Amino acid sequence: MGFKEALAKGEFVITAEVGPPKGTDISEMVHHVEALKGKVTALNVTDNQSAVMRISTLAVSKILLDLGVEPIYQMTCRDRNRLGLQSDLLGAAVLGIKNVLALTGDHTTLGDHKSAKPVFDLESVQLLQVIQGLNEGHDMAGNALKGKTDFFAGAIVTPEANPFEPQFAKFEKKIEAGAKFFQTQAVYDIKKFHAFMDRASKYNVPILAGILLLKSAGMARFLNKFVAGISVPDELIQELANSEKPLAKGVEIAGRQIRELRNVCAGVHIMAIGAEDKVPDILAAAGI
Amino acid sequence: MIVAEPKKIEEIKQMTDKFDRILMVGCGTCTTVCLTGGEREVNLMATALRLARKVEGQDVEIGEQTILRQCDFEYIDELKDVHNYQAIVSLACGAGIQGIARKFPEMPVLPGVNTKFIGFNEEFGYYTEQCKACGDCILHLTGGICPIARCAKGLLNGPCGGTNNGKCEIGGDKDCAWTLIYNQLERQGNLKQFKEIIAAKDFAKAGNIRSMDLRKAGD
Repeated sequence: MGFKEALAKGEFVITAEVGPPKGTDISEMVHHVEALKGKVTALNVTDNQSAVMRISTLAVSKILLDLGVEPIYQMTCRDRNRLGLQSDLLGAAVLGIKNVLALTGDHTTLGDHKSAKPVFDLESVQLLQVIQGLNEGHDMAGNALKGKTDFFAGAIVTPEANPFEPQFAKFEKKIEAGAKFFQTQAVYDIKKFHAFMDRASKYNVPILAGILLLKSAGMARFLNKFVAGISVPDELIQELANSEKPLAKGVEIAGRQIRELRNVCAGVHIMAIGAEDKVPDILAAAGI
Repeated sequence: MIVAEPKKIEEIKQMTDKFDRILMVGCGTCTTVCLTGGEREVNLMATALRLARKVEGQDVEIGEQTILRQCDFEYIDELKDVHNYQAIVSLACGAGIQGIARKFPEMPVLPGVNTKFIGFNEEFGYYTEQCKACGDCILHLTGGICPIARCAKGLLNGPCGGTNNGKCEIGGDKDCAWTLIYNQLERQGNLKQFKEIIAAKDFAKAGNIRSMDLRKAGD
C-alpha cells in the first residue's frame, strides 16, 4: 500500500530517510535502501541536506522507485528559483514520484558552499501553493499545463520551536496552502508534543512525529547546543552517558518514543542520519 | 542612508600601484554619515596610502577633495584640477563612484569602499541593514519590519524551522525578523495579518537596470 493510502486508511505509518551521497558511488546508499525495503512505507530523500552539496534528490528518488521503495521527494527553495522548482516538479511527476515535502531549506552559510548565492525565490508556503496549482493543471504564472500533476504534498513543523506561536501560525498557513501531511522536527518532549497535537488535531491532517536516533550523549548535547527546535531532556542524555553501548541505548530510546507516540499521531518519521541499518532494530524495539 | 565600509589599505595600495598621482574623493552625504568616506576618512586613507608607499620607497602624490554628493553631476562639477592626476579613488557608494567614472571617462576611477546596504544608524558607528530596495514595499503587511532585508532567507510567511529563541539560524546573535514581526503584530492586535498568506514576490520589480523617470509623470 502506498504512503498516501496508508495514511488515509489510518494505519500507523513509518517513514525514514535516505541522504544522497556526495559523489557517484551509491553502493552504501543502495544497501541502506534495501535494508529498509518493506520495513517502512516510504523513504524521504533529502535535498542538499544542511546546505551540503550532494546527488540531486530527483535522481535518487528515481533510484528508489527502481528499487521498489516509495520516495518522499524533499524539495527546498534554497537552490532553485520558481522556474527550476516547477520544472523539477514536472520532471518528478513524469518519473512517477507522488509525494513531495515542501521545505524552505537551511541557509547556504550553514553548508559546504558558503559563498553560494541563496535563492529563496519562493518559500515553503508558496511552494505548497505552486504544487497545488500544478495539481490543478496550471503553472505559477497561470499558464495551462499539457497534463497536470497529482502530487501528495506535505510540509514540516517544529512542535518544540521557541517561540512556538509564530511556528503554529505558519503550520496553519501551510495547511491552507495545500499541505496534506506533516513530518515534524525531532520530538523529545512528549508533553509539548501532546500540547501541539491537541491544537493541531482539529485540522485533520496526518502528522508523523520525528524520531531522531541519538547515538551518544555527546550527540545529544550537540543537538541541544546547535540545532534549533530540538531539546533533548537531561534524563535521556544521562541514560546515554551511563550506557556502555550508547548506540544500542539510542535504539532502545527511539523504540520507546515510538511506543509512546503510537496512539498520539498518524505515524513516525525516523531520522537515523547515517545509521539507517539500525531502523529495523528501532522498529523491533518499538514492537512493530 | 547607504552604508559602506572602507576597503583595506592593502587592496587600495594594490589597485593604485601603477599610479604616482592620485586624487582621492570623499562624498559629503551617506558615506560621511557612516564614517567611511567623508573628508576625515579621505585624509586617513590618503595618509595610510602615502605611508604604505613610502615604506616601499615609492613616492606618491595624493590630492584630497570632498564634495557634497557624488551621485549628482551638479556637485561632481566642483572637483578641481582632476586632470593633474592619473587616477581617482572614490570613497562614495557605488552610485557615486560611477558618477565620477561617467564624468571622467578617460580616467581610471577606483572604489575606495565596499557599498554594503541601505541601513539605519543604530548608534554612533553601528548600522544595520533595513531595506533591499526591492521595488514593492510590503511594510504595511509586516508590522513595519522588513523580512526581505532582515530575514536571512527573505521569507514572506513566517519563521523557518531554524529560528532559535528568537534568533536567526545563521548565527551571530541576529534577531529572527519573523519573531519580531509576530510580536509587533501581536502588540498591535493584528495577528490576523500574520495569518494571511503573502503571495510570491514579483522579483521583476527588483530586477537589474532599474530606473525611474519623473519626466513622464505628466503624461
